[in-house]
Amino acid sequence: MQAFLTLTRRELAGFFVSLTGYVIIAAAVFQMGLSFVILLNNLNGEATPMPVTEIFYVTAFFWLILLLSAPVITMRLFALEKYSGTFETLMTTPVGDLQVVLAKFFAAMIFYMVMWLPLLGCILLVRYFTHESAGFDLPIAASTYLGIFLIGCLYMSLGCFASALTRSQIIAAMISFVIGITFFLLSFLSEQINIGKTWGAQALSYVAMREQMRDFTRGIIDTRYIVFYLSLTIFFLFLTYRVIESRRWK
Amino acid sequence: MSTGPMIEVSNLTKRYAGNTAISDLSFSVGRGEIVGLLGENGAGKSTTMRILSCFLPANSGTARVAGFDVFFQADEVRRRIGYMPENNPLHPEMRVREYLKFRARLKGLGIRRSRERVDVVLQQCGLTDVQKKIIGHLSKGYRQRVGLADALVHEPELIILDEPTIGLDPHQIRSVRQLIKNLGGNHTVLISTHILSEVEMTCNRVMIMRGGKILVSDTSENLRKDMSDGQIIAEIAAPLEELKNCWEEMAGIEHFDIAPADGEFFRCALIPLNGEDLRAQIFSRAKERGWMLRELSRRQQSLEDIYMRVTRPDHEGDAT
Repeated sequence: MQAFLTLTRRELAGFFVSLTGYVIIAAAVFQMGLSFVILLNNLNGEATPMPVTEIFYVTAFFWLILLLSAPVITMRLFALEKYSGTFETLMTTPVGDLQVVLAKFFAAMIFYMVMWLPLLGCILLVRYFTHESAGFDLPIAASTYLGIFLIGCLYMSLGCFASALTRSQIIAAMISFVIGITFFLLSFLSEQINIGKTWGAQALSYVAMREQMRDFTRGIIDTRYIVFYLSLTIFFLFLTYRVIESRRWK
Repeated sequence: MSTGPMIEVSNLTKRYAGNTAISDLSFSVGRGEIVGLLGENGAGKSTTMRILSCFLPANSGTARVAGFDVFFQADEVRRRIGYMPENNPLHPEMRVREYLKFRARLKGLGIRRSRERVDVVLQQCGLTDVQKKIIGHLSKGYRQRVGLADALVHEPELIILDEPTIGLDPHQIRSVRQLIKNLGGNHTVLISTHILSEVEMTCNRVMIMRGGKILVSDTSENLRKDMSDGQIIAEIAAPLEELKNCWEEMAGIEHFDIAPADGEFFRCALIPLNGEDLRAQIFSRAKERGWMLRELSRRQQSLEDIYMRVTRPDHEGDAT
């Protein structure tokens, strides 16, 4: 546990002592701000039955932020250490492989959630200026953040996996970007062949993250989604663990 | 657990895709020894060290550190090892003290203990003045010391240093060597290098590796004794004929060579049988005959000579 906490702290510090962390957050805040402007334009001072979070979500900036930031956040986790050689000093301390994987994943998750905090500010601003309590509904905001968290778990874990595969941060980023965007595009696929109602379409609808996330922003929490994201996260973390462990039997 | 050798390696083999890094390696290192692994690039030094530090598994054979198997009891082994890899990788964005503390905590030291130990190793490695500096801004010599401090911070029984003095200036090399020397006794130290004088100065024992095998393993004095032909140089002022006669009738001399030196001196190169030290006898002969003797020395073979001899490709057959 001690090693886990020490490592998590160091990983987090790694984001904030270098410029990377601030640049990622700045970029995310910029995009959130943009989407916020569009959101206000859309509202145009009129009342809407949609919760603010959902309006924010439908601007598609959410996916832009997620798909771009996830590879950048996670690419350094293992690739950098392998490249600089500190991976060797790390793995020759009495720290288990699993601890290393989890610590890196948690650090990335914490950073990721910090990155999303400014969104809360945007939502609160809407509430402040509209004087409408409906503008900000705590449960809906909570469910939105739960959605962000769950999708984040999936994207961070697959980023970990991609980073563990290689010594190059660029390659790691590209791998996780490709896997990430594939997951995202699956939801469009499911929408298109929805008419067929074949088993394939149904299976695809379970991985339609775009729709799932929309539900979260509406305040709908479906346990199927939770299970879906968590199991995929565990799957990718397991793969990462095996990759890290593989140097022992390669 | 305190008896028995610190490192016990038997029949270790490691192959990387296609080529064999070390083959059928066996050696053992006692507690408190400082052992130098010598060898050219690609001789298998780093691979041996990586296996001992549980970073890489071997293909076959066993390696035990302090009685624990490096593969099956890796955690126990890691707790007992301070390892500094080649090129000494560090986190350049961290501060010296912060880094050492981080490493100490990773190695399982408690908060207070790690603070104490960090203070000790900072002192030991001469880093107290730069403890607040960012590692990336330090000179190579200091960074090397940070790596050493990291290897020492948890008081390991075995310290493995892969080329600890590479890229340092002579002053830094000297201080690092002194540091390593001071570690002997309390710690077992295994260092790899291809700088011969380093081994000569710091190590009790030398192991020369080539092509993944250990060719020679002995103390450097023994090596010198074994490898040296014991050639003796004597500069004597005497008539040439008498000199010749004298050496011919001396029993212990296998071969001699006389060359004129300045004045009436002759420079005699004498090769004794079995490398025996004949200096005393030569002196007494010269004295008996009333010859003037102005130099009498026995050639010391440097480790370099030995190394060159041992690692010569045709030497493989009669190694060890």
